Amino acid sequence: MAMTNPLLPPEFSDLEPFAREWCLASEPERYAKRLASTMDEMQALYDALFPRAEEAIAYCEKFPLYDLPDNVLRLLQLLYSLIMVSFPVEIWRQPYLPDTGTASFELEEEPVP
Amino acid sequence: MKQYEKPPEGSWTQHYPELGTLPVSYESSISPEFYELEREAIFKRAWLSVGRVEQLRRNGSYFTKELPVANTSLIIVRGMDGEIRAFHNVCRHRGNKLVWTDHPREETSGTCRQFRCKYHGWRYELDGRCSYVQQEGEFFGLDKGAYGLVPVHCDVWSGFVFVNLAKEPSQTLTEFLGPMITAIDYPFHNMTERFYYRGDIRSNWKVFLDAFQEFYHAPILHGRQNPVMAKPEYQQAGFSALHFQIDGPHRVGSTTTGPSWLLPPEYLNPIEKVMRSGLFGPWDAADIGTEEALPGINPGKKKGWGLDSFQIFPNFAFIIWERGWYLTYHYWPTAHNRLLFEANLYFVPARNARERLAHELAAATIKEYALQDCGTLEATQMGLESRAVSSFPLGDQEILCRHLNKVVNDWVDEYQRSREEA
Repeated sequence: MAMTNPLLPPEFSDLEPFAREWCLASEPERYAKRLASTMDEMQALYDALFPRAEEAIAYCEKFPLYDLPDNVLRLLQLLYSLIMVSFPVEIWRQPYLPDTGTASFELEEEPVP
Repeated sequence: MKQYEKPPEGSWTQHYPELGTLPVSYESSISPEFYELEREAIFKRAWLSVGRVEQLRRNGSYFTKELPVANTSLIIVRGMDGEIRAFHNVCRHRGNKLVWTDHPREETSGTCRQFRCKYHGWRYELDGRCSYVQQEGEFFGLDKGAYGLVPVHCDVWSGFVFVNLAKEPSQTLTEFLGPMITAIDYPFHNMTERFYYRGDIRSNWKVFLDAFQEFYHAPILHGRQNPVMAKPEYQQAGFSALHFQIDGPHRVGSTTTGPSWLLPPEYLNPIEKVMRSGLFGPWDAADIGTEEALPGINPGKKKGWGLDSFQIFPNFAFIIWERGWYLTYHYWPTAHNRLLFEANLYFVPARNARERLAHELAAATIKEYALQDCGTLEATQMGLESRAVSSFPLGDQEILCRHLNKVVNDWVDEYQRSREEA
């Protein structure tokens, strides 16, 4: 099987297995992914990424924010996904918030990147 | 949790004797008839915040604002002369909605040189003048000059665009905002990185607003989300504000916020420590472009100040945080038991990925909290609508809820009196 092109900077090759699923450009995509994921899937992302978070932030920080190379942008998006899954993993122990019924509160506009 | 000093009368509420201390009625939040009165008495007479000047960066920039509460849609536009104006979004020919994209019920924005009706091609300059009538010769003595867009009173304070739907507003915007609000001089314009949230919620606008103008509920409703709030001593002591102040129909509550960055790790969610951010926003203060003291902020001049929650009557609020960012809330009723809730977070634009991630966590945290409020307030609306209970006690930490309840009733009473006299 041919190697697929790496999505992340080589220093973070251990996170490649998560990149295809969790490098998502917008909050609505990440929120939908959270609701569609199992706790095991989110825990796996959290366990792999959380210990590398400071290193990943420091790596992204070295590049100009509004002109990030593609693989650095994906690493930043992966960190956004870490924030997204932190709520179910650290607090709720379930993908959705308890006691919120059918309430919706959607992000309509957000900064890029 | 510390209990902060109260006014010499013994409570914030008694400091404003016109508020009284009796239990209140929420009939005004469940009655369709009262809602019809509010639409006329309040939403067609008060100044309403509809956006920021940063949404109108260039001459020709415009956005539309749907106001179901007033059965109308507005166009807010920066003209070729740089002036910001508002018009009813209605073509003068046969009443078609003038500016919309794809979905007639949805808001839109853009930049243009003139507005052209999709129906028969009538055109309007950005100052409202009708400039072109398709097949003008077919009409009967038609004077284009008499067919300009219907203007709406519009004014700007600190970059916030306000409109007033009254034919002749009884106050200017400055008079309406009053001394407490117009004393504020804050560099809002430097905070242009924006997160915009919107939710359709099945509760009365005031029932919902009330949850965002008292923090009494925070240790309980949001207790699980935040390890500090989950501490038994915090749950037991509850919440106490630093300062409350009322000025005309407007009000402010000030509180401490932290400092989170000094808390031991067991009181923080692990992500907060890594991102140096959380509910109260980024831990590291932003460079907001001013070294001076900020006029009008922390109006009680209290030590340990962390935020001001300014509530502008009827349905607009902004919260200014000590770390140098702000957010706004808008509560737009769409029925007596339904509202459109808008929240905007504004930061000084991130200079690097680390700052951007701190903003992301703050925005994501606000969403988690807001969703908890959304769910609970639908439940409150149901409880009120049962009419099983008709009078509700409000504590001193809920003084701002008591004030809104009174101001709404006062405006409706005054409107009804003026109608009877007319």
